[in-house]
Amino acid sequence: MKVDRTELTWWERLYLPTLLNGFKVTLRHFFSWKRSEVYGDKQKNYSAKTTMQYPEEKWDVPTGYRGAPYLVKDVDDKTKCVSCQLCEFVCPPRAIRITPPGDSGVVDREGAEKMPKEFEIDMLRCIYCGYCQEVCPEEAIYLLKDNAITGESREELVYDMKKLLALGGADKRAYDHHVQDGVSDGIKKWETKTREAREQPKFH
Amino acid sequence: MPALITGLFAEPWVLTLLKVIAVFAVVMPMVAYSVVAERRISAWIQDRIGPNRVGIPFTSIKLLGLGQPLADGLKALVKEDFTPAHVRKVFYWMAPAVAMVPSFVVLAVLPFGSMLGAQKMVIADLDVGILFTFGIVSLGVYGVVLAGYASNSKYPFLGGIRSTAQMISYEIAMGLAVVPVFMLAADPAWQAELIDKSTAWSKYIKDTGLLNLSNVIAYQHESILDWLMFKQPIAFAIFLIAIFAETNRLPFDLPESETELVAGYNTEYSSMSFALFFMGEYAAMIAGSALIVVLFCGGWTLPFGEFFNTPAQSLGQGLVHIGVFIAKIAMFLVLMIWIRWMLPRFRYDQLMNIGWKRFLPLSLANIIFTAIVLWVLHS
Repeated sequence: MKVDRTELTWWERLYLPTLLNGFKVTLRHFFSWKRSEVYGDKQKNYSAKTTMQYPEEKWDVPTGYRGAPYLVKDVDDKTKCVSCQLCEFVCPPRAIRITPPGDSGVVDREGAEKMPKEFEIDMLRCIYCGYCQEVCPEEAIYLLKDNAITGESREELVYDMKKLLALGGADKRAYDHHVQDGVSDGIKKWETKTREAREQPKFH
Repeated sequence: MPALITGLFAEPWVLTLLKVIAVFAVVMPMVAYSVVAERRISAWIQDRIGPNRVGIPFTSIKLLGLGQPLADGLKALVKEDFTPAHVRKVFYWMAPAVAMVPSFVVLAVLPFGSMLGAQKMVIADLDVGILFTFGIVSLGVYGVVLAGYASNSKYPFLGGIRSTAQMISYEIAMGLAVVPVFMLAADPAWQAELIDKSTAWSKYIKDTGLLNLSNVIAYQHESILDWLMFKQPIAFAIFLIAIFAETNRLPFDLPESETELVAGYNTEYSSMSFALFFMGEYAAMIAGSALIVVLFCGGWTLPFGEFFNTPAQSLGQGLVHIGVFIAKIAMFLVLMIWIRWMLPRFRYDQLMNIGWKRFLPLSLANIIFTAIVLWVLHS
């Protein structure tokens, strides 16, 4: 194939216009410190240029994003988990381990028969499938936004109940995060689920 | 004891050794920080931020990322130095050193300051200064060629071959570009006049040959219009561009050309031996900039009165002159880095075209033109 090249004028062939343009463009970018537009309005807190200063600045994940599973507390700041162990059974990689209270259980809120003695999630095994959140009858476990979990040893990445509750925080946040799921209708997750089930077409 | 020390300082080799150490102590950090400058400037030009994390080790002080050379150096040191099975071992190990040494040797003959005490601030005050420089600069190609040959693999080989062609073509233009500089500066009548006029200058350039680089500096000391970059703009342009080609910088980085030759001549190198090539490149940039400063930008002088443009009488003045010299070098380094992130690489045939068909005739014409002008002026 023959590519026709444009005839350059002698001024262009001197290479000087290219050089001057190069200086102009590079200088403009060098001295421009305004935030790049590529992230749109979402990343308002980015300081300058296009670089995201990673550990300090993070991507704002979309609602419903399945990050790390944490335990949440109810409005009175009490543990919601009732140690039913459904999540432990449903967990495909067996990342969850619940130690039931046995006879010596401490229950710190009304309406709960028992509470786990210990609740551990191995973040190295977790596959962020969200089954635990789906199956939980008490809406006590939610997949939140955290998506970069790092540690210096394997032991460090097995989160215990205290840590999971601290990270999970109040349940309001968890509901807001999962607003798109259609499950954040107040506290009544199972009402929504039942309604959805009823709305399914019947085949028999 | 004091007698021993004063006796030691009377020995010329002790002072030379001290100067060598001092030059190393200044140039090595300059190499390290020009790498940081390269990364920061390229980042800003590309709308990024660049390395801004490493500061003082084991603290949270970041210092705008100025600790980066430490991290880079440590990384290069502790990485595995992998030697591929198919290389020619002796040359493979020799090449990084051969690539690095010439750029440092060039610095030996460059006057980097005026005087400190009774000492002239140049390691080796050679009367054949410029010839020596060109001899050494042309050795720089051996490191690259050896690396390409010893790696015994196709991309480094291509890089080595390109580098040979490129360096030879541009060296001719570079050498010819310098000829007019010495046609102007190597003038015995003018030198004798300056020695008569000023005692400070007479101490500096007395008994030096006309090709000595301190003579070129003396020629340019009086006003900014005496700087040879204004008196010989064509020679300056050719020399500057040839320095880009000699140091393998974009737009002439054909031996490396990442986009086509993986990493060119240093593809097979890892860890510290790669770092040596890298440092060699930046040391060559510094040597090249220093050469431009000496030949075309008045060396350590500044045309701002006695204090800046006569050889130093006091220690402080001498240090200021060295500072001026380093500042001028830094400006050229920034220019070289800037150009790298601005222009795309030339094609191989374009490179040859520019070298042989443009610069060679142009520099020859420049010589003849200068000769005619001088002839008219003197007769």
